Amino acid sequence: MADELTPDELLDKIDYATDSGNWLDTTKSVQIRPGMYCYAAKPESVETLGLPNARSWNPTEEDWKLPDNWQQIIHDGIKERLEKFRTFKIFMDVCVRCGACADKCHFFLGTGDPKNMPVLRAELLRSIYRNDFTTAGKILQKIPGGQRLGGNRPLTLDVLKEMWYYFFQCTECRRCSVFCPYGIDTAEITIMARELFNLLGLNIDWIATPVSNCYTTGNHLGIQPHAFKDMLDFFVEDIEDITGVDCTPNYQKKGADILFVTPSGDVFADPGTYTCQGYLILFKYLKEKYGLDVTWSTYASEGGNFGFFTSHETMKRLNAKMYYEAKRLGVKWILGGECGHMWRVIHQYMDTMNGPADFLEVPVNPITGTKFHNSASTKMVHITEFTADLIKHGKLELDKGRNANRIMTFHDSCNPARGMGLLDEPRYVINNVCDNFYEMPPNTIRENTFCCGSGAGLNAGENMELRMAGALPRATALKHVHEKYGVNTLGTICAIDRAALSTLCEYWVPEVEVAGIHELVGNALILPGEKERTEDLRMEPLPGCEEEE
Amino acid sequence: MTQKYLIPLTAVFLLFLVAYAGAGAGLGWFFGIVFPYLAVIAFLVGFVIKVMGWARSAVPFRIPTTCGQQKSLPWIKQNRIDNPDTASGVFIRMLLEIFLFRSLFRNTKAAFNRNASNRITYSWEIFLWVAALAFHYAFLVVLLRHFRFFTSPVPSCVQFLEALDGIVQLGLPGLFLSGVVLPAAVLFLLARRLFDQKVRYISQGSDYFPLFLILGIAVTGIFMRYFTKVDIVAIKEMTMGLVTLSPTIPDGVASLFYGHLFLVSILFAYFPASKLMHLGGVFLSPTRNMANNTRAKRHVNPWNYDVPIHTYEQYEDHFRDKMIEAGLPVEKKE
Repeated sequence: MADELTPDELLDKIDYATDSGNWLDTTKSVQIRPGMYCYAAKPESVETLGLPNARSWNPTEEDWKLPDNWQQIIHDGIKERLEKFRTFKIFMDVCVRCGACADKCHFFLGTGDPKNMPVLRAELLRSIYRNDFTTAGKILQKIPGGQRLGGNRPLTLDVLKEMWYYFFQCTECRRCSVFCPYGIDTAEITIMARELFNLLGLNIDWIATPVSNCYTTGNHLGIQPHAFKDMLDFFVEDIEDITGVDCTPNYQKKGADILFVTPSGDVFADPGTYTCQGYLILFKYLKEKYGLDVTWSTYASEGGNFGFFTSHETMKRLNAKMYYEAKRLGVKWILGGECGHMWRVIHQYMDTMNGPADFLEVPVNPITGTKFHNSASTKMVHITEFTADLIKHGKLELDKGRNANRIMTFHDSCNPARGMGLLDEPRYVINNVCDNFYEMPPNTIRENTFCCGSGAGLNAGENMELRMAGALPRATALKHVHEKYGVNTLGTICAIDRAALSTLCEYWVPEVEVAGIHELVGNALILPGEKERTEDLRMEPLPGCEEEE
Repeated sequence: MTQKYLIPLTAVFLLFLVAYAGAGAGLGWFFGIVFPYLAVIAFLVGFVIKVMGWARSAVPFRIPTTCGQQKSLPWIKQNRIDNPDTASGVFIRMLLEIFLFRSLFRNTKAAFNRNASNRITYSWEIFLWVAALAFHYAFLVVLLRHFRFFTSPVPSCVQFLEALDGIVQLGLPGLFLSGVVLPAAVLFLLARRLFDQKVRYISQGSDYFPLFLILGIAVTGIFMRYFTKVDIVAIKEMTMGLVTLSPTIPDGVASLFYGHLFLVSILFAYFPASKLMHLGGVFLSPTRNMANNTRAKRHVNPWNYDVPIHTYEQYEDHFRDKMIEAGLPVEKKE
């Protein structure tokens, strides 16, 4: 584990030299190694949603306790998905193995393991597809040595285990897809592979338990309604200490203008909690100044969706809450907080899965009059779109000086970048609340951004070596701007990032802190009737208020 | 490992020999008439079946890979091509993708250097793009030039293309640029597979086979034009016979030509069952050919179905007492 592995030791392990053999021969030797895999799903978490084959099992043990007909289940599962998803079918057929994607993957760059090249990760499944589903594959099966020539292979238990290991070393970040001449998206292939694993009950616990929690208690962390309120109350007290203003939010308020949904990570763990305080301050400001009524909900208290890492169906079941609650409360539209995969789900899936949201209005910012045409159908607006609009129209009173100690850079989260294109909105907000902003090198930002290494449900504790290896490309880019410009704060708009990048920084670039964008907004925003602030939301002295020695 | 490319190489060589020797042994009708027809049928039928198969699969979600700023607020400049929200934007994105290999053009090479600074360095890697573009366009020119053998009189556009291709006016018969570029590009792509460690590792026999096959086709063609100077009149009589569906085997057609034609036929027959179908697939790739406007315009999933969800009522029933105690609003007080 990376707890034991120092950064230098981890760097020493990177070896891009592939062996000279045929990768098809290496399947048997794949070791599911501690530090690189996540623990198996607990049976009770699988049972909550009635998903198949709930039992306790261990990936490192020989017997995975699979149903007897597991091969048939996978075969039928592939067949069904080939018909349901054109992406899957085309991506199985058209890869020419040009290798353009090979060095685009953060896990490949950080481990040197050839099976972390996106092309080879996909080939693990493609080799089965070619063997069992194509005419050429069926002909080659009959010729001695034919399977090897085509790179085809039958589905054996070793093959299944190898696939499981490597499809849980992909964070569905889509960076390879940007460079693929046919737009082959490994995220899509990983999504299919994980759906297939779930048919056999082969989820990881870091995904299955949040899914189960989210389903019954409303959020991944399993925070019950009263506890959720307690946590926000605690933030309210802190904010009152700092600003002198009571920012108590609304809960489940019927007839409010807007329902606000954000990842529960922001309620639970630093530094996301400061971002959460930023939201509370912003909503208080808008209420006082403009009478805008925003409500939170403990039922729809999760923006994130680990169902997305389980199956399309599970994603839909968890996501359904947002519209269900918006309808019940009778709000006009929904506002979404800073989160990565949450926004891929909202932007590219939600309306299709759980729409039409004809009970909501096309989102209009009542303060500026801006109509959000880009969310006319889904009726959900990203908070940086919302805040950028407010700032542009001069509706927020901001004191940039309160963030003067922050020398910022910005990490584009994979999903908002490559599954949405939300790039300039957060930058606009940052530049209006903070004076010092420097970009990381162009190959590592915007659509070329590198994953934090912990996305798609892989931010567990037991796979720390994998996470820190995957974090390397982001870390080296960050280190570069830290050394060159003195960057001390990494801004981000993703709850998983706020947790994962903090670990990344601690490991690779300890001098840098992670902050959500609305933490900075919360610091800069001048609340009506506030006292003179001397501390920021972290209760550290504001620039100019440091105590004298 | 070596068998990954030695077997395809041997296979191409043997295929050539079979046709070369077969034609000499009086089997010209098979290699010159029967097999080419079968190959063309296999190509057409196979191609259509494959594309129809893709088209039959549903497109449940609109999931383009976005490679630039989205359309959002009116004062934020959208990247209309890399993140299109309209059909025209998608059209331009697809044109650039199909004709200029735009995504491949972005290719960068990343390398980690284990030294004091432990940097990952990125460099623009243009050669794969250049070679890929050179290969595909040279192949297209060669293919179009060959319409000279299937049309009479030869259309002026084909003659114009020939003139353009032979613009260097070197040697006699005049050198065609495509005849140089095509084999050079194939050799580069082949060398990449053989000598770039990563690409070598991911390559399969089915990656080497089409390269050797196309190289074989190019080499036999070049040989016939520049070196052995085959009887072109007889060959044209034969190809015209094929295309007008009144096939004949004229005297004086060189065995080398049968070898060439057979390799071409193999390529046609092999095409639909292979990775070469990326020709069709690139048009249909959902991450490229869809507009990024799912939030603005509803996309319908043809197989969408209802799923069980945990409703608010179930949630409140579960937590009602705790909610009331915490002062959270509830629908039912007891």
